[in-house]
Amino acid sequence: MSNPTTAAPVRGPRPPAAATATRRSPEIPRNRAREWATRAPLMPALIFLIVVTQLPFAATLVISFFDWNAFRPERREFTGLDNYRTVASDEGLRESILTTVLLTATVVIVSVVLGLLLALLLDRRFRGRGLVRTMLIAPFLLVPVASALLWKHALYNPEYGLFNGVLTWLGGPQPDWISDMPLLAVEMSLVWQWTPFMMLILLAGLQSRPLDMIEAARLDGAGNWQIFRYLTLPHLRRYLELGTLLGSIYIVQNFDAVFTLTRGGLDTANLPYTIYETFYNAHEYGLASAAGVLVVIGTIVIATFALRVVSSLFREEVSRA
Amino acid sequence: MTASTAPAATTAVPPSARRARRRGAALGLLAWFTGIVFVLPVLWMVLTSFHSEPDAATNPPSVAAPLTLDGYREFFGAGGGASPWPPLLNSLGASVFSTLFVLVLALPAAYALSIRRVRKWTDVMFFFLSTKMLPVVAGLLPVFLFAKDTGFLDNIWLLVILYTSMNLPIAVWMMQSFLADIPVSVIEAAQMDGARLPTVLVRVIAPIAGPGIAATSLICFIFSWNEMLFAQVLTGVVAQTAPAFLTGFVTSQGLFLAQVCAASVVISLPVLAAGFAAQDKLVQGLSLGAVK
Repeated sequence: MSNPTTAAPVRGPRPPAAATATRRSPEIPRNRAREWATRAPLMPALIFLIVVTQLPFAATLVISFFDWNAFRPERREFTGLDNYRTVASDEGLRESILTTVLLTATVVIVSVVLGLLLALLLDRRFRGRGLVRTMLIAPFLLVPVASALLWKHALYNPEYGLFNGVLTWLGGPQPDWISDMPLLAVEMSLVWQWTPFMMLILLAGLQSRPLDMIEAARLDGAGNWQIFRYLTLPHLRRYLELGTLLGSIYIVQNFDAVFTLTRGGLDTANLPYTIYETFYNAHEYGLASAAGVLVVIGTIVIATFALRVVSSLFREEVSRA
Repeated sequence: MTASTAPAATTAVPPSARRARRRGAALGLLAWFTGIVFVLPVLWMVLTSFHSEPDAATNPPSVAAPLTLDGYREFFGAGGGASPWPPLLNSLGASVFSTLFVLVLALPAAYALSIRRVRKWTDVMFFFLSTKMLPVVAGLLPVFLFAKDTGFLDNIWLLVILYTSMNLPIAVWMMQSFLADIPVSVIEAAQMDGARLPTVLVRVIAPIAGPGIAATSLICFIFSWNEMLFAQVLTGVVAQTAPAFLTGFVTSQGLFLAQVCAASVVISLPVLAAGFAAQDKLVQGLSLGAVK
C-alpha cells in the first residue's frame, strides 16, 4: 500500500518538500492530536457503515447456531453446527449454489464479450453514432423489476409475447420460453441488461488508448488484428477486469430477475432467492442464517481475488495521478 | 468521444480506401442493427403501454393498433385499483433522503481519504468496497427482526438507512477519485487564509468537484429507486416503494399487459431521463471513478 507522504507530493504542483512539511508536524503529542483531526471527517461514514453492515452480519452468525423457526419460537435452542450440516446436505441449497455460479458466470462472460464487440463497433466513426449509443444504454437504465416484468409478460409470454409474435410472422415454432428454458430465459434478460454497461466501460477504455502508439504500429505495417491483439487488448485488460468484477458483484446478488421471472421455480433459484424463501416464506431463521453465512464465506473467497484486481487498478491510478 | 482510427487508415492507403470505406459502412450498419435490437424491447414496452388491453395481448402483435391512454389511466387508479402515488412518493422520499445522507457522510470521508490522506487510507478504501461485496441477504434477517421488535417495520426511514449503507461505499470510492483531481495547493491556499473544513468543502471543493458530486448523487438516487429486496421484505402497506408496488400490482390485478407496461414506463421514467442526461458521468461513476 502506498505511503501518504510519497503519494501526495506528485499530485500537487508544489515541490515535494513543501507538501510534506504541511502534512507532518515534528512534535509528537501534537502529531497524535493532529492525526485524530485528520481522521475525524472519515469517522461518521466508517462508524455508520460498521453499524449498519457488520452488526447485522454478526447477528446472522449468532442466529445460524440456533434451531429457530418463527412458527415455533418457544422451541428455539442452541444447536451448534446442526444448521450447517443440514444446509450442506440440502439438495435444493446445493443446487442453488450451482445455479448461482452458472447464472453469474454465463451472464458476466456473455455480456463482457458482447459488450466488447459493441464497444469496438461504436469506437468507429459512423453516422448516428451518438444515437446508437443512446439506444444501447436504454436496457441498463430500465428499473430492474420493470425490465423483468417486460421480459416475462411482453416478450416471453407464449400466447401474446413479442418473441412468439415475431415467430408467427416468420412461420416458426411457438416455444413457451420460461417453462422450456427457464435459466436461459433469466440469463437472456440479464445479458440484455448488462451488456450495455460492459459496452460503456470498454468504450471508455478504447477511447483512452494512446493513439500515437497505434499510428506507429500501423506505419510499421501492423494489421488490424495485430493491433487489436497486441495493443488494444492489453490496454483493455484493466477495463475488462473492472467490468467483470462489478458485473459479478451485482449479478451474484441478483434477486429481481429470479423473483419476477420464475419465482425461483424450475431450477432457477439462486442463493439470494433461496435464502429469501427460507426465512421469508418458510420462516426457518436458523437455516437461512447458516446459508447466509456460507454465502458470505464463498463471497469472501471470490472477493479476496476481486479486491486484488481492484487494488492493482487502484495502485495504477494512484501512481498515475 | 475522441478520435477514431478509421480516417487515418483511409488517407494513408489510397488504393484500399474504397474497400475500407465500404467495410466501415457495413460495420456502421451492423452497429445500427444491434442498437435497434437492444432498444426494441423498451420501445415495445412503450408502444404496448399506449394500446388497449385487447390490442396489447394479440399474436401476431398488432403494431398499428390505435393508441390510447387507458393503460395509464387504469394504472393511476381510475379503474378503482390502489393508487400508485403513495409508493411513488415513498420511492422518491427514500431515494432523495438516502442520497442526502450519503452525501453528508461520504463527502467528508472522501475528503479525508483523498486530500488529507489519512494513514492506511488505501486499507480504509478497501474496507468500504468490501462491505459492498457482503451479500445483502446475509444481514437481512437480523434487520427484519430488529425492525419488527422496535416497530420500524414498514417504515420509510428504515429503507433510508439501509439505502444509505448500500450506496455509501460506492459514493466514497467515486468521490475519492473526483476529489483526488483537485490540486492540493488550492486547498492549502484556502487553509492558509484561515478557512476551516466546512468552508473549504463548500467554497473550494464543491465548485471544483461539483460535476462528480452530481454524478455520485445521481447514481445513489438510481440505485435506491431501483432497489427491490429490502423493499419487498421490510415494507408493507405504508412504506411500500414503487418496485414493490409494481410486482404486487401484477399479482393482485391479474395480468393486464398494457397496464403493466404503462406502470413500468412510469416507474422507469425518472431513471431513464436522468440516465440519458448524464451518460458519461454515469459510466465514470459506475466504474467507481476508475474510468475517466
